[in-house]
Amino acid sequence: MSELTIDQLKQIMLLCSGVDDGVDLSGDITDQQFRELGYDSLAVLEMASQLQREYKLEIPDEAIEELNSPGDVLRYVNGKLAVA
Amino acid sequence: MSRTVRPVVTGLGVVAPTGNDVAEHWEATCAGKGSLGVISRFDPSGYPSRVAGEVSGFDAARHVPSRLLRETDPMTHYAFVAAEQALADSGIDLDALADLDTAVITANSSGGVEFGQRELQKLYAEGPHAVGAYMSIAWFYAATTGQLSIRHGMRGPCGVMVAEQAGGLDVLAQTRRVLAGGTRFVLGGGTDASLSPYGLVCQLSTGLLADGDQPDRAYLPFDAAAHGYVPGEGGGMFTLEDLTVARVRGAARIYGEVAGYAATTDPRPGSDREPGLRRAIRLALDDARVRADEVDVVFADGAGIAAADRQEAEAITAVFGARGVPVTVPKTMTGRLYAGGAALDVVTALLTIRDGVVPPTVNITDPAGYGRDLDLVRDRARELPVRTALVLARGYGGFNAAAVLTAVR
Repeated sequence: MSELTIDQLKQIMLLCSGVDDGVDLSGDITDQQFRELGYDSLAVLEMASQLQREYKLEIPDEAIEELNSPGDVLRYVNGKLAVA
Repeated sequence: MSRTVRPVVTGLGVVAPTGNDVAEHWEATCAGKGSLGVISRFDPSGYPSRVAGEVSGFDAARHVPSRLLRETDPMTHYAFVAAEQALADSGIDLDALADLDTAVITANSSGGVEFGQRELQKLYAEGPHAVGAYMSIAWFYAATTGQLSIRHGMRGPCGVMVAEQAGGLDVLAQTRRVLAGGTRFVLGGGTDASLSPYGLVCQLSTGLLADGDQPDRAYLPFDAAAHGYVPGEGGGMFTLEDLTVARVRGAARIYGEVAGYAATTDPRPGSDREPGLRRAIRLALDDARVRADEVDVVFADGAGIAAADRQEAEAITAVFGARGVPVTVPKTMTGRLYAGGAALDVVTALLTIRDGVVPPTVNITDPAGYGRDLDLVRDRARELPVRTALVLARGYGGFNAAAVLTAVR
């Protein structure tokens, strides 16, 4: 599986959870906190669940708790994919 | 219950088969324009009951961010929009109130069955990992109250009333309690949306839905041909506050006062004790300190099932006398909206008080014997000064509720 890009992640966020009023996902959001972007813990859980299915990964709950920004997700997922 | 508060309604909102705002709903309702039809949401040809009251022309995405739509069921989408209307109508500035001084109290009965069906299908087709995380918050009864509370920052004593049709009136009682406890502003009401295949099958299990696909012959309360009811979706929302508080803040409109309320439960099936509805009416009138001859109109529950219709006609006749008060069932134009049904009747009754027009009961051609004891407002609206309206609701499982709404002098 090729590596996860920020654009693919944005697509997954949109598909799973939509976007809040006043939030623009088209800019550079890599290092913004999910909470600031309007995504709560449940939205992150939903995103992680989609990533696990699409990229055939296992992301344990403890790891999901540490995913606070899109950048965190890219680093985690691509780190796993590199090992696999 | 405390007599120190006088709960008044200061804002209204509607998403219902009859219209997606208050004006549209009221115009169609007064015109006797029914909105029942063969289910279009899915192919109903394999089901014995095919008529429903569907919300149409509703575009939630115009009002609600996709972030919220994805994690909620249509029952909550309807409430988002109706709540926005009611809040705007009330003219309230929520920023001027502490969030713990405001509350959301909705009725719910069916839960998010369309959302639930989708996730259940994923469960049995693809396995537990395919079920979305939002299933945990979208389907349950309190979902709508919770979402409205978060969206509008109303974090006081929120709640949800679950008593099928009666829940829409129970909201008024719970609102009165929290206003008496010092809450300044309540967003109340109820919506339901159970017109998915799974939702319909759940409803069929009661055996109370009308068979067939003839919209004008399906739901006939108090008619000799009554043979069940038609389900509908949507509901009504309203804002409530104490009369003095509303006046002090300069509320633009006061639609009416919740002057009295009572709830009873029916005796167990097969018992020879009297059903609870007459007692609920009596208690609500006493609570409002209103005499029977002061009631100008009754919004009946109108079950559309002969035994229940007879019970209701007998209860109304026992209190008001034969043909003693005009009675109407605007639900004949929308179907029964479950938790949204009585909430919508509250909105409609307040508009009746405002405009002095009693909307009609449609499609009744041959009233049953007990139906002839009722002065049923049929086919065409009746102009009538209305100061006091009684709204009745009976919920599946033996819940009865009655609310007295009065014009505020």
